[in-house]
Amino acid sequence: MALIADLAVQGAQMSLVVLLAPAATGIVRKAKARLLRRQGPPVLQPYRDLLRLMRKDVVLAENASWLFRAAPYLIFAATWVAAALVPTFGAGLLFSWSADLIAITALLGSARFFLALAGMDVGTSFGGIGSSREVMIASLAEPAMIMIVFSLALLAGSTQLSTIAEYMMSPQVGLRVTLGLSFVALMMVGIAENARIPVDNPATHLELTMVHEAMIFEYSGRHLAVLELAAYLKLLLYISLIACVFAPWGLAPANAGWATLTIGAAAYSGKLLLGCLVLAGFETTIAKMRVFRVPTFLGAALMLGLLGTLLLFVSRGL
Amino acid sequence: MSLALALSCIAALFGLSVTAVLVGRRTTRLLYAASFVISAILLVVSAFHLLTESLPALLVLPVGLPWLGAHFRLDAVASFFLVVINLGSAGASFYGIGYGAHEREPFRVLPFYPVFLAGMNLVVLADDAFSFLLSWELMSLASWALVMAHHRSSENRRAGYIYLLMASLGTFALLLAFGLLAGAQGGYAFAAMRASHPTPLLASLALFLVLVGAGSKAGLVPLHVWLPLAHPAAPSHVSALMSGVMTKVAIYAVIRIVFDFLGPPVWWWGIVVLSLGGASALMGVLYALFEIDLKRVLAYSTIENIGFIFVGLGLAIAFRADGFAAASVLALTAALFHVLNHSLLKSVLFFGSGAVLTATGERNMEALGGLIHRMPATALAVLGACAGISALPPFNAFASEWLTFQAILLSPRLPQWGLKLLVPAIGALLALSVALAAACFVRVYGNAFLGRARSAVAASAREVDFFSRLTMLALATLCLLAGIFPGLVMDAIGPAVQSVLSSKMASQASVPWLSIVPIAQSRSSYNGLLVFLFIMLSAGMAVLAIHSLANRKTRRAAIWDCGYPDGSPALQYSAGSFSQPIRRVFGTVLFRAREDITMPLPGDASPAELEVRLTDVIWEVLYEPIAGAVAYAAERLNVLQFLTIRRYLSLVFFALVALLVVLAIWR
Repeated sequence: MALIADLAVQGAQMSLVVLLAPAATGIVRKAKARLLRRQGPPVLQPYRDLLRLMRKDVVLAENASWLFRAAPYLIFAATWVAAALVPTFGAGLLFSWSADLIAITALLGSARFFLALAGMDVGTSFGGIGSSREVMIASLAEPAMIMIVFSLALLAGSTQLSTIAEYMMSPQVGLRVTLGLSFVALMMVGIAENARIPVDNPATHLELTMVHEAMIFEYSGRHLAVLELAAYLKLLLYISLIACVFAPWGLAPANAGWATLTIGAAAYSGKLLLGCLVLAGFETTIAKMRVFRVPTFLGAALMLGLLGTLLLFVSRGL
Repeated sequence: MSLALALSCIAALFGLSVTAVLVGRRTTRLLYAASFVISAILLVVSAFHLLTESLPALLVLPVGLPWLGAHFRLDAVASFFLVVINLGSAGASFYGIGYGAHEREPFRVLPFYPVFLAGMNLVVLADDAFSFLLSWELMSLASWALVMAHHRSSENRRAGYIYLLMASLGTFALLLAFGLLAGAQGGYAFAAMRASHPTPLLASLALFLVLVGAGSKAGLVPLHVWLPLAHPAAPSHVSALMSGVMTKVAIYAVIRIVFDFLGPPVWWWGIVVLSLGGASALMGVLYALFEIDLKRVLAYSTIENIGFIFVGLGLAIAFRADGFAAASVLALTAALFHVLNHSLLKSVLFFGSGAVLTATGERNMEALGGLIHRMPATALAVLGACAGISALPPFNAFASEWLTFQAILLSPRLPQWGLKLLVPAIGALLALSVALAAACFVRVYGNAFLGRARSAVAASAREVDFFSRLTMLALATLCLLAGIFPGLVMDAIGPAVQSVLSSKMASQASVPWLSIVPIAQSRSSYNGLLVFLFIMLSAGMAVLAIHSLANRKTRRAAIWDCGYPDGSPALQYSAGSFSQPIRRVFGTVLFRAREDITMPLPGDASPAELEVRLTDVIWEVLYEPIAGAVAYAAERLNVLQFLTIRRYLSLVFFALVALLVVLAIWR
């Protein structure tokens, strides 16, 4: 019986993230537009975009290989698996032990690997520029993320996300410098990983500034829909991750009853909304930076993560 | 029994070499097939010994030094390395059945190839310093001969020369190390070394010598200079053996001497090994990112992975010095797991580069492109290996990388400040190298196999023969399987770790769902099988959903490229332009990368030029002064070559007197 309940929670989590992901992006877009005193597209616009893309024909470049056609599904699958393992409303996910936070980071790395390859498949200069910049950004964002994972793992004594969340809810966690450093670093990594301003601009099609959009240039129809959904999922994943680690309030513990789960769901929607609004506010107040200033930005994130880890190594033995 | 069988297989390899010299040239395939069979037998024997025998097998042959004989010993750690060696050898030999046929001068390869295999096997089996060094030199010289197989290119001759110098240096250092360990009584049998407990000073000196001797063979920075020259110069299946397997024999030498003979380690040894490993990991991958020669990229990536393995060894030493047995076992298991993973992955990648070389005759990535259309099987196998070596789940290198990170997370317990500060920095370096490795292999695959063909040879490439394809696909499948079932591999490594550290990790096979749990379930676990199944299920569900709900029509059209269709494949991003952002971020300090742009004046029709200059700082700072000093000394001492016989005799006399005086004062 407990197994069925756990399975239900895990299944609910998996479908929830997919269903909710476009809404999160929609909220960010709407909030940004309102902050700029524009009307903005409706919050549900990303859903309509996806449906529209699915109805359209796929136009493939003549020399696109099988990898180009398979990549969207692989990218989506890796991102989805990663997103399904980050606790949103309840911590007791049935399969949370199958991949810890390091593995979740690496799963996103797999998605990026195939995305960068897909960008190079057709053999255009724009695809190449996107892939080349993406791997440059990732080469700093990924170690920064690993350092954040190290800090959290040393504090909580575990790399399992559900254990970390439980630790963060427990009274033994006080105000710690390391936590502050990791929080800032995680937000910086999240911004870079999701191709948001100031690292990349999700709305631009100006050739020289784009990174993510340049890689998916040749995609159309259902392939593009899948890739867009994967990008929405990734944004949701990072907001959920930050919420689960740094604001775990209301997160339903393992084997919780329906009431607790409902509270967890309500708390999660609140946190998600807040996260989207903060992101929109941040993006409107800052300008996009030059590509070659991004390494400085991410280098700072890496150093913050390393500093946080070093502090823990120095301040105590486990 | 198994030891005698293994030694007779090695004798058969020597016989094969003689046969190769004697029989005609139409037997290339047969000779490779024979070495495949012998390697396969050795593989089965050593795997059987690793999994079933707990006691080491001993054998003394009455050859070698008269008062010593040749001692051989097969224990668990030796049989683990025999498995790695013979897995690689079997793969290379099977691949050679097809690939070796393309060799223009097969007799520059065939006689040396079985000797090379035999040498590597013998190093691992040797149980006294004399036979160890003899086998080590056999391995070095046979591989040198193979590097010189294509001796007509001056580049290869230079590679061979530098390799020979570095190999001599390495053997010399190992010789001195054994001399120190054997002591004045000359206990050259390994059993005697194991029993004697050297003083910390002597042991530290021996450690330094081993790091020079075996480290130079493994390609540890800064002793790596020969590796990216020599490994690519050999025929591709030999490159795979040198990169994937011979470097592991060097790792074996380090484990054997440091963990087995040197007695209890001193904590700062960990610092030395960790720093060398971290530096190798980062420098190796950066070199690889700035290189456009396909095989040389792979050779540099070997340096990176060797760095990764040395970090595991360094952690094991540091934990052992401070008495954390379980953590030490975890770190050594991670290192040995990575030994296996890297040898598999690098074999597939070098086989793939050999296939590309056969099909196009090109090693320059900037002349390739679009091979995925023309070489589908090779492209698939290489894609798997690229994903694996970039440490992506669910492939095998991710599992060993994950274990290394878990070991790093145990290190706040270490009491010494030096280690406390160094280990997190090494962790950051490793994470950085892993991310850069992914960038490097996106670049390799994207330039060689994806995009449009950049040259006529790439456009007319044909898929390679059956044996090559089968080898690549089989080994790539093994990589995936080792990543999906990491627990089983770790259990198989268990006896090897136990024979070195006298304890091993808890059995992983009994963990439910085949997860791996290095310390405790609540602390960390990873399940390659479930991750693989989840990815496959999710992708399958997505495909099903999309294909039943969405529009399924597909049209082919010209490349869109944002409305600027460029006709020429030369306008694609090239390997050099791909790494330009990374070069600007990391290369300016470590490689003094400089870009000079020459723009013609307005109205001038000459082309604009971009010149990129990279400086190999290690070569400049370390090797050029040494080479300069040697040349200077040689020039000064040249006078001594033209003396009369009387002067030579008096020189000898005075030298003798001086030495005797020194000896008299010493006593």
